[in-house]
Amino acid sequence: MQATDTSVWTTVQVDVPIEQAFKVFTEGMGTWWNADHHIIEVPLKEMIFEPHVGGRIYDLGVDGSTCVWARVLAYEPSTRLVFSWDIGLDWKIETDLSKTSEVEVRFFEDGPASTRVELEHRNLDRHGDGWESMRAGVGSANGWPALATSFGGAFAA
Amino acid sequence: MTNQSVIDALAALADPTRRQIFEHIADRPRAVGELAGVLPVSRPAVSQHLKVLKEAGLVLDRADGTRRIYQLDPGGLAALRDYLDGFWNRSLAAFKQAAEQTPKEK
Repeated sequence: MQATDTSVWTTVQVDVPIEQAFKVFTEGMGTWWNADHHIIEVPLKEMIFEPHVGGRIYDLGVDGSTCVWARVLAYEPSTRLVFSWDIGLDWKIETDLSKTSEVEVRFFEDGPASTRVELEHRNLDRHGDGWESMRAGVGSANGWPALATSFGGAFAA
Repeated sequence: MTNQSVIDALAALADPTRRQIFEHIADRPRAVGELAGVLPVSRPAVSQHLKVLKEAGLVLDRADGTRRIYQLDPGGLAALRDYLDGFWNRSLAAFKQAAEQTPKEK
């Protein structure tokens, strides 16, 4: 996997067995998700990950309200996970599913207690005209070489 | 770029008219009058939208005689993609910490 103009890519190595890495990433998502990145409007009670294809990933508020921001598209313990990113350019829930991107996470066993996790957030252009026009700006012949260069630098790694 | 300024940029592009203006500018740098000529909005409205795009760090303006020419702000755009890149890097670092702190099963 490699970053393209419509995706970002990153990887991390963790010192735990692959089964544990997968479990913490999925069912334990609430233990590591950045507390500043919940878009639910009430205080968060917990984050729920439904561990099956068609399951939802959502924030559960203290008042019982929910904010469903992802759908589980692939669930293959302990090697692969794909979920949708149903958050729009306005940072609100995107209800038009044709305008959502997706995140693929793959787990590789490096050793008995070592796992490499690769994450790709792709199809960013599906979020709509904002992304499309950004790509147009970057890609146009008379466009923005400086921007293209900084993209290349940021994502070449 | 801070988290808040990225949110501003995303919010600025949530408006359909502003997206249109932004797309025209992405195509090539343009003057206010030129944008008002190709869009179904008044010149003052175009100016107002440009102000929001500028404040969001998405476009820059420069003087050209008596006109102001608007072009994309490369820094703002790069930051938007850098944001998601940084977001996942920070998230996976937090994930690593959580995973390695989790007591082993069995």
